[in-house]
Amino acid sequence: MTDRRDARAWLEVAQEAVRLATADGAGQAEALITADDAALTRFANSEIHQNVSETNVQLNLRYVVGRRVGVASTGRLDGNGLRAVAETAGRIARNVEENDEFQSLPEPGEPIGELSAAFATGTAEATPELRAEGARAVIAAADEVGVTAYGSFATTTEAIALANSLGIRAAGERTTSQLITVSMGPDGGTGYAEAAAVDATTIDAAGLGREAAGKARATANAVAIEPGEYPVVLEEYAVVDLLDMLGYLGFSALAVQEGRSFAEPGRRVGSDLVDIWDDGADPSGLPMAFDYEGVAKRRVSLIEHGVCRDVVYDSQTAARAGVRSTGHGLPAPNPYGPFPLNMFLGTGTTSRDDLIGGLDRGLLVTRFHYTNPVHPKLAIVTGMTRDGTFLVEGGRIVGPVKNLRYTQSYLEALAGIEAVGSERRCLRGFLGGVVTPAVRIASWTFTGGTEH
Amino acid sequence: MRDLTDRALSTASIRGASYADVRVVRRLEESIAIKTGRVEGVASGETEGFGIRVLVDGAWGFASSYRLEAAEVDRVAAEAVRIAHASATALRHRVQLDDRPPANGTYETPLVEDPFAVALETKIADLLAADRAAASVRGIGYTESAYGAQREWKTFASSDGSFTEQTITHVGAAVEANAIAGDEHQRRSYPDAGGGWSAGGYEVIRDLDLAGTAEGLAEEAVELLTAPQCPSGRFTVVLDPSQLYLQVHESCGHPTELDRVFGTEASYAGTSFLTTDKLDSGFRYGSDLIDIVADATAPNGMGTFGWDDEGVAAQAVPLIKEGIFVGYLSSRETAPRIGRRSGGAMRADGWNRIPLIRMTNVNLLPKPGMSLDEIVADTDDGLYLSSNRSWSIDDRRLNFQFATEVAREIKGGKLGRLYKNPTYTGITYEFWRSCDAVGDERSYKMLGTPNCGKGEPGQGGHVGHAVSGARFRNVQIGVGKW
Repeated sequence: MTDRRDARAWLEVAQEAVRLATADGAGQAEALITADDAALTRFANSEIHQNVSETNVQLNLRYVVGRRVGVASTGRLDGNGLRAVAETAGRIARNVEENDEFQSLPEPGEPIGELSAAFATGTAEATPELRAEGARAVIAAADEVGVTAYGSFATTTEAIALANSLGIRAAGERTTSQLITVSMGPDGGTGYAEAAAVDATTIDAAGLGREAAGKARATANAVAIEPGEYPVVLEEYAVVDLLDMLGYLGFSALAVQEGRSFAEPGRRVGSDLVDIWDDGADPSGLPMAFDYEGVAKRRVSLIEHGVCRDVVYDSQTAARAGVRSTGHGLPAPNPYGPFPLNMFLGTGTTSRDDLIGGLDRGLLVTRFHYTNPVHPKLAIVTGMTRDGTFLVEGGRIVGPVKNLRYTQSYLEALAGIEAVGSERRCLRGFLGGVVTPAVRIASWTFTGGTEH
Repeated sequence: MRDLTDRALSTASIRGASYADVRVVRRLEESIAIKTGRVEGVASGETEGFGIRVLVDGAWGFASSYRLEAAEVDRVAAEAVRIAHASATALRHRVQLDDRPPANGTYETPLVEDPFAVALETKIADLLAADRAAASVRGIGYTESAYGAQREWKTFASSDGSFTEQTITHVGAAVEANAIAGDEHQRRSYPDAGGGWSAGGYEVIRDLDLAGTAEGLAEEAVELLTAPQCPSGRFTVVLDPSQLYLQVHESCGHPTELDRVFGTEASYAGTSFLTTDKLDSGFRYGSDLIDIVADATAPNGMGTFGWDDEGVAAQAVPLIKEGIFVGYLSSRETAPRIGRRSGGAMRADGWNRIPLIRMTNVNLLPKPGMSLDEIVADTDDGLYLSSNRSWSIDDRRLNFQFATEVAREIKGGKLGRLYKNPTYTGITYEFWRSCDAVGDERSYKMLGTPNCGKGEPGQGGHVGHAVSGARFRNVQIGVGKW
């Protein structure tokens, strides 16, 4: 029995899968194994109502015959399972048309360094009791001020092993954890707080509970305001959506190659204060040493002082562009292209008080909800504010307002960033970790309202 | 299989569970992705495992594993009980389940042509033909076409006497044409950019006639590049089924999920404006023409099954009757809290997830009288909106905003010129109250989405929506600036 937590043990299984595929006739083969122990404790109405765990393993086999590629996956990793998945992938590869853009699986490149910061025993050994303790701390904070707590506390340990027939060998363990909470008050107020970390034991559950509960109290009896153009301060939770959406719409080499991205090297899209990069090695995020093709992750500067610099590549988009993969591939088959999984927005020098203090008449936004692109090329996105929206006048918060719908170009938002917070948070984005400060933006287009 | 489920239930009981259920699920998936006439990815995936859900001292625990072995069943059952004990340390209300009768039997999705038995070359060739027809149109930047099939073999057993075995098969395919010029990116898709999924076999894919539709679709995408911007203002709007199904999904399906109403999704997707005081109080959700039913027995619907994942038999539950709100999507835990029995809406996304209240087939029933074409002919001045492009709705399901791929002007009862970048917005119940025409059976079709997100950890749901098209008055068109 393979030690589930030992990526190097899984690497031996991956190598055996590659061997079986090449013996079966594959010209090239790649085996990716992910073994997860994931658990999540969820609470609502100030009690735990869902509480789950999962033990899972998956092998993804890419089988290449000439320029024909087949992919098969399985959870059966014994000898019969490996042979069966090789046969299935081979049958697919022999029956598909040639992909004239496929050149090769990645070859060994930069060595993959040890990334001890990606793993924490505190998460790997997290118990249901530890997660319940976190939930109770949040609930207690809510109780103290008479609001109700909702949220979840998740811990995941993942062993990843990848081998290909060209000699790539990559193996590593990583852990992630996340606590989110929404508080709801009796007078319609709601608040939000979140933290993500490699080590679950570093998450201050009580502190997050107090933050969300305090905001739920502060947003009681919100009043409606007219939609329109307002300067805004976006808290870190809201900025995550900006970065995620720009990553999806523009920072992928595939988006550039298909002509649907805004990103062009040298094009100014943001104010001088905007620096965005992706860095899988930075321990202040949720690090990962290599991508799902076994390529070492490189730090990629996406926007520097407001100017587009580079985008992220996987092996296929890199081959098409005649460059090296930056280590941002996702598991095959992947029609979505590469994705930045470790994004950072550079901090500025402005304190939170001064961010808000710089608003003559504007809105403080805690987070966004259900966002979706309306015009992808212009990065126009619609969504709602949620869990804490405040009117600011003369640099002071004067009171809560009801939630608003916005329809806003995220590129124009980048261009309008006039101050960046000096503090930052590690949060979970759409697919990976995001580390970001809060920002103040000169104008934001709110296009509608709702009843709460 | 029975040995394994018996062992799971027995171990859970010995460990202290007052109730337990176990699902053993094997899922087989196949996908084909084509881009601009090039086969980008063909994949086959299989996953198998089991999940055990227990109640201990009125608190839930769930654990799951991919290893279908006796020792692992024992470990996972014990883990589920341990987790339930942890839940009990932060419990304010003991869970009570309704007393549905035990379920026993088998169910299989009716189909004509097993999609997994159709030769892979045939499926690739069919999709390539459609994709290349779209890509051949001058001005098209890239095309994307996709096919998918999923089959689940699911065994459910519970400590209160249920044992069911189901085989459920879903298929889907779509073609999408993209035209790009400068900052303008226009897309047309068929039957839906999400994939046009249904329950059934490969006959569903053949009936779509993707290849016969693709070229005209691509021409429309190119035409949109130079089409005028959709005007802003208050308009009469006719929604094609390709948009109306998602309107129903977001603004009727999700708000009627009783778990959302009780706050159990508050930390993620939000809650619902449809609080329980609105039930049986005559709350007007829509006009008299609006009849919406959650029907888990509807043909070809992805929300069709024999029993849900709590062993509750498939049924048709009225949600809105002649415009009045009358019912919720519910579970064995939530239904008793409003004095009802479960409507059978609990489904899990595979062996490693717990069941949640999910839409079954939430259908807007057709109204005898006018076909969709006749509704257009009956409209003097308005817009005909087709094919969803983006969607967003607030955390209580009130303020929504949709963009569609295309709008066509309606003048004097006839469809006219194209407009690009249409958007519309509204408040859920105001919008449905403004409906003054619903199409009849002639345009009534089952659509659905295979990626309805809900829950933590995240789950993707396969849900169905049968709709025929409908007309709405005084709708706000055109939002934002560009």
